[in-house]
Amino acid sequence: MVTVGSVPAAPAVETTNLHKRYGAVEALRGVDLRVETGSVFGLLGPNGAGKTTAVRILTTLLPPDEGSARVTGFDVVRDAAKVRQQIGLAGQYAAVDENLTGFENLQMVGRLYHLGRSRSRGRARELLSSFDLSEAGDRLVRTYSGGMRRRLDLAAALVARPPVLFLDEPTTGLDIRSRIGLWDAIEALVSEGTTVLLTTQYLDEADRLADRLAVIDEGVVIAEGTPDELKHRVGGERLEIHLCDGERGEEAVAALASIASDRPFVEDGSVRVPVAERRGTIANAVRRLDDAGIAIDDISVSSPTLDDVFLTLTGHAAEREAEQAEVQSS
Amino acid sequence: MTALRYGISDTLVLAKRSLLRIPRQPDLLVGFTVQPILFVLLFVYVFGGAIQTPGFDYVDFLMPGIIVQSIAFGGFVTALGLADDLKKGLMDRFRSLPMARSALLTGRTLGDVVTNVFQLVVMFTVGLLVGFNFSSDYAEVVAGIALLLLIGYAFSWVFAFMGLTASSAEAANAYGFTILFPLTFVSSAFVPVASMPSWLQPIAEHNPFTKMVDAERALLLGIPAGNDVWVGLAWTLAIILVFAPLSAWRYRRVVAR
Repeated sequence: MVTVGSVPAAPAVETTNLHKRYGAVEALRGVDLRVETGSVFGLLGPNGAGKTTAVRILTTLLPPDEGSARVTGFDVVRDAAKVRQQIGLAGQYAAVDENLTGFENLQMVGRLYHLGRSRSRGRARELLSSFDLSEAGDRLVRTYSGGMRRRLDLAAALVARPPVLFLDEPTTGLDIRSRIGLWDAIEALVSEGTTVLLTTQYLDEADRLADRLAVIDEGVVIAEGTPDELKHRVGGERLEIHLCDGERGEEAVAALASIASDRPFVEDGSVRVPVAERRGTIANAVRRLDDAGIAIDDISVSSPTLDDVFLTLTGHAAEREAEQAEVQSS
Repeated sequence: MTALRYGISDTLVLAKRSLLRIPRQPDLLVGFTVQPILFVLLFVYVFGGAIQTPGFDYVDFLMPGIIVQSIAFGGFVTALGLADDLKKGLMDRFRSLPMARSALLTGRTLGDVVTNVFQLVVMFTVGLLVGFNFSSDYAEVVAGIALLLLIGYAFSWVFAFMGLTASSAEAANAYGFTILFPLTFVSSAFVPVASMPSWLQPIAEHNPFTKMVDAERALLLGIPAGNDVWVGLAWTLAIILVFAPLSAWRYRRVVAR
């Protein structure tokens, strides 16, 4: 916790009992969040969990139906104008104007933050260079690649050096190289003291970037803690087995029942079994499956990942569901 | 006071942005230059000989009408731009900035005024080249140009409403042309209303577009105006008074999702 003297500093973001409803759909059903100044907070959940709604409320784009939210101490409804001076937003879409150059985009955003003409120009050049876009700066954005657009979008969110940055799924749809590039940029910002609230449906992204995480599903926070705390919650090692015959998952679970420390999970011919003890587990499992006449394609023991956390907490996998939601919405 | 100053500066920044799009999108540039020139040439040299306009040379009859038509379509960039901003997430970026939110609409419509001035220069030049004569005095021409700019501004708000209502820029395009094209052709812009079938005449006669064209004809050709100018002006103001609040209402609804 950051402290000034002996008085704790106000959290960068704080929400109390946030509710938001769209017609019959309750997008948020009482969300409480607290993001300490200078930290990276990850809001993790599948599509439709309420992540974007929470960000839209915190960035003053949408009023909550119930509850309240404060950013750097300012209420997002009553002091919306003050909140807007404290925040930067980079969204799911690269929200940049395709018919302007990269430079013109950043300069325009600077002018709209009321930085003045010359400071806007200077800041635009500076950001283009720190996001490796100097050479492309005078080209129209419609000639940019997806990764370049996202970098420009992030740069636009930083024009006024906001103390709090909201990143709504900053790397969704990017290839792995661009994702890593964007992660590096975000980490550099954090090292300069910017508070970041980031939403993601990628567990590896949350694992890499966030100091603290809240897992959100169907409009409520179902778990909160550091990535390590959440992994601990899932407990020990897991045995992962890919079967040659995908139909025989349930039989495999039955054969392994005596070594499972918790409820096993079966999906598309692979079986995950929580186990208490790492040593000897593989040999033991192979023997039992062999006795049952079930052929194994691959077998391993692994430590829990955030994927497992998600699975345990929500009863469904994060990414698979997210992909389905994307297919439905497109 | 600062709020007002920021409101004005934000509007100017966004007006400039709206204008920068035109030279960068060749189809828009063609729409504002080549297309209206082609229209003038087609009407004057192809259809003109077949259209009887008692008391006028066809060029003199046509030019006020075709200028009002092209200026009415000048606000089209606003529909395209707003539909795009909504679809591509730019509206969220703007609304998260400490800027005047009204500037998102006023910036677009102000940008259109500049487009309209450019269109007037193109249209008057081409008109003079094909033999249009201003038969009115200096003050009437100035009043005519002022009314033209006001008409363009009024239609920008109509387009703003369309852009905020359409699901995409393409849909805004389709709305714009299917609604405004018949409106501009079933009017006194290209042919005398008296030459239309009797069932169509009352429609054309009461079409607000006819009133605007008649007002411009009176001002640019120096013919006795009667109430034409006032009726045209009243219609123009009425469109602004209806569509500016309607757009603001639509804007608030569409972003509250």
